[in-house]
Amino acid sequence: MEKSRRYAKSHEWARLEDDGSVTVGISAYAVEALTDLVFMQLPDVGATVTAGESFGEIESVKAVSDLYAPISGTVVAANTDLPSQLETLGSDPYGSGWVVRVQPDSVEQLEALMDQEAYDKLIGGE
Amino acid sequence: MPQRTPLAEWHENNRGRMVDFAGWSMPVQYSSIVSEHLGTRKGVGVFDVSHMGRVAVEGNQAAEWLDSMLTRQVVDLPVCRARYTLITGVAGEEDNVQLDGAPVILDDALVTRLADQKDGSQRFVLVVNASNRQRVVRWLQARLPPEGVTLNDTTEDSAMIAVQGPLVFGHTAEDVFAGPLGSVFGKKVLQQLATLPNYGVLETELSGEPVLVSRTGYTGEDGVEIILGSSQALGLWKCLVEEGSAIPCGLGSRDTLRLEAAMPLYGHELCEKTDPFSAGLGFAVNIDGREFPGAEEMRTRRSSSDRCRIGLVFESRRAARSGDHVLVSKNGTDSICGEITSGSFSPTCERGIALAIVDRAIAEQECELEVLVRGVRLPAKLVSLPFYRRHRHD
Repeated sequence: MEKSRRYAKSHEWARLEDDGSVTVGISAYAVEALTDLVFMQLPDVGATVTAGESFGEIESVKAVSDLYAPISGTVVAANTDLPSQLETLGSDPYGSGWVVRVQPDSVEQLEALMDQEAYDKLIGGE
Repeated sequence: MPQRTPLAEWHENNRGRMVDFAGWSMPVQYSSIVSEHLGTRKGVGVFDVSHMGRVAVEGNQAAEWLDSMLTRQVVDLPVCRARYTLITGVAGEEDNVQLDGAPVILDDALVTRLADQKDGSQRFVLVVNASNRQRVVRWLQARLPPEGVTLNDTTEDSAMIAVQGPLVFGHTAEDVFAGPLGSVFGKKVLQQLATLPNYGVLETELSGEPVLVSRTGYTGEDGVEIILGSSQALGLWKCLVEEGSAIPCGLGSRDTLRLEAAMPLYGHELCEKTDPFSAGLGFAVNIDGREFPGAEEMRTRRSSSDRCRIGLVFESRRAARSGDHVLVSKNGTDSICGEITSGSFSPTCERGIALAIVDRAIAEQECELEVLVRGVRLPAKLVSLPFYRRHRHD
């Protein structure tokens, strides 16, 4: 499971599930860097998202950041518990801190994302 | 390369997230902004504010000259007192400062009068914003009289540490040693500090070196700001944090604390073109019977001021930010009635708060306000300022 998680340069992660959908979240590194999260705007179920484009917002005390879709597709589920429990993003970023599930336009898009090793290299250099 | 305060290395070694702020490498936070904020509200926070500009103005004409340069009266400022003032400029002769004609606000500042020298020469310290320091110093320097006043920018030879919070002097008057200053100053000095009025100032010594302690701050809490020599700064800081258990706080919580206290920040609540009467800073402009750069223009602005500063509280935790438009709904039509000058999540209120400057008519009547935040309308409630007022036990 750990191995199948892939990452966008903008620090969102994506994981292919058994049913063909892709779970999307925010990397532990990004959550740690943001700190003091106070607000999150999720997309509606049924919304279409485009790889590299904003699908939501996350706000910390200092600033508002866009969430960028790692892949293109249609939102099939949103973690509506999350905005009222933003601490979950920090405590369980790859589990209960998931953000949305997307039915991808194509599964091949995942290959364009970074694997764990490449992502670790990216954040090691930052 | 940004400038470094005498504490920069300590910040870096203690998880300070360093950013370039007004040309200085400063910590935004160490742990989290919210925990540093609440720590200061409940206990004691310490802030490295060495980036703030410190300018010594001395001489037998110093009081009169400063009085002619500042919006606030200086000649009647008692010894060992500080006063909030604006510094205004007008375009003119032999200018080292580029101004485009109309009078502008160059900065806001604290002016402190120290005890006179034995020869009767007066001594003042101006504390100005880091971002405006060079410009203010150039502006003032170009206007020094031929004799009777000297001006020295002492920022880089000194440090400044703010110690803020309800427990700065312990829980009770008998308990001054329980606060973090108890491990810094002796009993006599500590009691003098504890009985200083707000904006009162004490010149004292630390390990034989002069230090200046003011009962001032930028958090809405009780506390002091200490100006001391660069070489003394690390010792004092470690004493406050390691022995006094004060919480190191970065610029992030300094900003949220001052916003809750509705204290102005240059670049937000006031800038070059701000009309101080609309910005709620009329108290800092003494214009009757006085002259200072731009005084005439200030008189005009006072009589024509039709805007005012308001506080807004949002239902959501989401905050409006500087520049967002305030909308008012009347008879089914919306119009822009002002804009946000500062906004943030408030750790004390646990929701978004903001300062705004709006048409005066808006503040005088009950109306539905909304703020356009990144394309979304957020309902906002008009509240009296400040958002946070400390409990005073006197």
